[in-house]
Amino acid sequence: MSSVSTNLNFFEAKKGIFSWIFSVDHKRIALLYLYSLITFFLVGVTLGLLMRYELLNPGKDLVEAKTYNQIFTLHGVIMIFLFIIPSIPAVFGNFFLPIMLGTDDVSFPRLNLLSWWVYVVGALMALSTLVFGDGPADTGWTFYAPYSVKTGTNVTMSVLAAFVLGFSSILTGLNFIVTIHRLRAPGMTFLKMPLFAWSLYATSWIQLLATPIVGITLLMIAAERLLGVGLFDPSIGGDPILYQHLFWIYSHPAVYIMALPAFGVISEMLPTFSQRTIFGYKAIAFSSLAIAFVGYFIWGHHMFTSGMSGTARFIFSILTFLVAIPTAIKVFNWVATLYKGSINVQPPLLYTLAFIFQFMIGGFTGLVLGALATDIHLHDTYFVVGHFHYVMFGGTGFAFFGALHYWYPKIWGRMYNIKVANVAFTIFFIGFNMLYFPMLIAGLMGMPRRYYDYLPEFHLPNMISTYGSWVLATGLIIMLSNLVAGFFGKKPKVGRNPWNGITLEWQTLSPPPVQNFDRMPVLPQNGPYDFDHKPVIEE
Amino acid sequence: MEHTSGFVLPNSGHSRDDEASKLGMWLFLFTELLLFGGLFIVYMVYRMLNHESFLLSSFELNVGLGSFNTVVLLVSSMTIAMAITAVQKGEQQKAVRLLVTTLALSFVFLVVKYFEWSAKIHHGLFPGMDYYNGLPKGESLFFFLYFIMTGLHALHIIIGAVIIAVVIARTRKGLVNKDKYALAENAGLYWHLVDLIWIYLFPLFYLIH
Repeated sequence: MSSVSTNLNFFEAKKGIFSWIFSVDHKRIALLYLYSLITFFLVGVTLGLLMRYELLNPGKDLVEAKTYNQIFTLHGVIMIFLFIIPSIPAVFGNFFLPIMLGTDDVSFPRLNLLSWWVYVVGALMALSTLVFGDGPADTGWTFYAPYSVKTGTNVTMSVLAAFVLGFSSILTGLNFIVTIHRLRAPGMTFLKMPLFAWSLYATSWIQLLATPIVGITLLMIAAERLLGVGLFDPSIGGDPILYQHLFWIYSHPAVYIMALPAFGVISEMLPTFSQRTIFGYKAIAFSSLAIAFVGYFIWGHHMFTSGMSGTARFIFSILTFLVAIPTAIKVFNWVATLYKGSINVQPPLLYTLAFIFQFMIGGFTGLVLGALATDIHLHDTYFVVGHFHYVMFGGTGFAFFGALHYWYPKIWGRMYNIKVANVAFTIFFIGFNMLYFPMLIAGLMGMPRRYYDYLPEFHLPNMISTYGSWVLATGLIIMLSNLVAGFFGKKPKVGRNPWNGITLEWQTLSPPPVQNFDRMPVLPQNGPYDFDHKPVIEE
Repeated sequence: MEHTSGFVLPNSGHSRDDEASKLGMWLFLFTELLLFGGLFIVYMVYRMLNHESFLLSSFELNVGLGSFNTVVLLVSSMTIAMAITAVQKGEQQKAVRLLVTTLALSFVFLVVKYFEWSAKIHHGLFPGMDYYNGLPKGESLFFFLYFIMTGLHALHIIIGAVIIAVVIARTRKGLVNKDKYALAENAGLYWHLVDLIWIYLFPLFYLIH
């Protein structure tokens, strides 16, 4: 298959819809993921805007309480399972991991295609609850028992969808681990791998080792609903705390599935836009593994108020604080990378800096929640909602859009309008902080999460937050239209290396040819970010 | 732009890599272990909480049939291991015979399982049945876990049997041979895992007092 070499780029190589949806080319699969992800993301954003609109004023603005519950559940399920878990690995990992390793595809190209199809089936199952059955689940994305066993809404289909989506995630993770072990370019040792590959490696292990547990747990919820066995519902002899344990054994490591790939993207963009080597390469690489490892043992911090022994709570709290150490190591290294660099302020760098700022707010509020005494006060308040969105959206979401701006010229071979991108970023950034910072304050004031109504004293932060959601949406629309316009526009094609980057994807054509490289990729002498001995790249 | 036609990367994802496929299978086996691991945790917790009724219920199971099936699976693991060695030595016919034996043993296992299950269902012990719904909490949990865990295991046996059938067909055609046997090895790995899980299920449900 690989013996015929052609320099046609991967868009031109074949035509027609079937050449896409049955393609085993990792680049095409990545774009299939991208288009489906963005679609679901926009659905999730719409649901989020509806919620914020409902919360603009105290009392009922738009929807009934039950509808509101269904909206926030579907918002969570879509954003978590359909957008943010697959986001960076399935799109940018699929597209760039093989290119950064200097190879032409992942180890199991057909399995890669299968995982996209499984993803699509899972997504359709999740969305089918909108149309079929008694409406989407109203339990929250955590499906806590016993309510998830008792509610009349379509929980069974939602948890089966999550199970199927988990399977897709496992297949991607498995593929990446084998690819990293088997297909690195000659001379590229593990410690000469780009940091994005390192972060995907750590992520893939979590996907592999944590996802099956939530899979079987969700199946048990479905079985309990269908057969009426008292596994988790206490009124028929079950143990709801056991459900919470099983759920968080996966779902806490899962937040690192969402966060680690973002760390990888940030570690790629910073050296490029500082034009110098990354500070503390090994520290960043190994801290990813450390986060993945420690991340397994801290699920209990979701359950400080659920009924656990004092000793267990104490241990989970200490372990939670331990995760902050490798994370802080990364942040210090990123900031140190900027020091004495030749900083080139471009849209991807702006997203990177916003990521560091917002992720730090998310991280510190996480410590507040990880501490036992403060967590009792803040548990199930808007503080948690604010914290989670600062980490996931302000962190991973911004890294995703940063990555989109960073690799855009490589993927499509054209450039978007930089000025418009900067304006869009500014609006997006302001909107984001307007939307979520007031949530932290409302939470400290004591506003509980998951209610469609609130007391009048919480009016001001909620109002600001809802206005912020409109600013954010405006920024998002400008950003996406700018990217789409760049694609259809008349801008001249970019060369191989518009950002003057150093990793291997910048040595090939933009867009890359079907086999990724039109000539043998050359590794920099001393590690992947050796800007002092950057190989000369001829057009 | 210069074009280097005929240029081939040394490390292509499309070229044959037996090590990669074995590594992939091992990783997949990890996920299988964890899938059952979730169920084992639930079993452990509820056994500790309902020790008495779990013990009472376990007397309902037929230790004779369970032991027979254990021997069947252990022998099948041996025959598939022998088949792989035969393939590596180039003895195709012998390999096919051993693989067919393995497949036959998997059917034996399923048939015995079928009779065990039907006896329980005949007694109304399947979740949702009237008799089942009248059972004390601990006993209903025991039978629920019995059906879900042995059921999931039986599903794995069926999948394993399909894979072995594929390996048989390919070995007969010579597509699995002494230079190319990663598929047979992976089928063997999978089959050993299915066997291993039964090695834990058998004492947990039938034996321990």
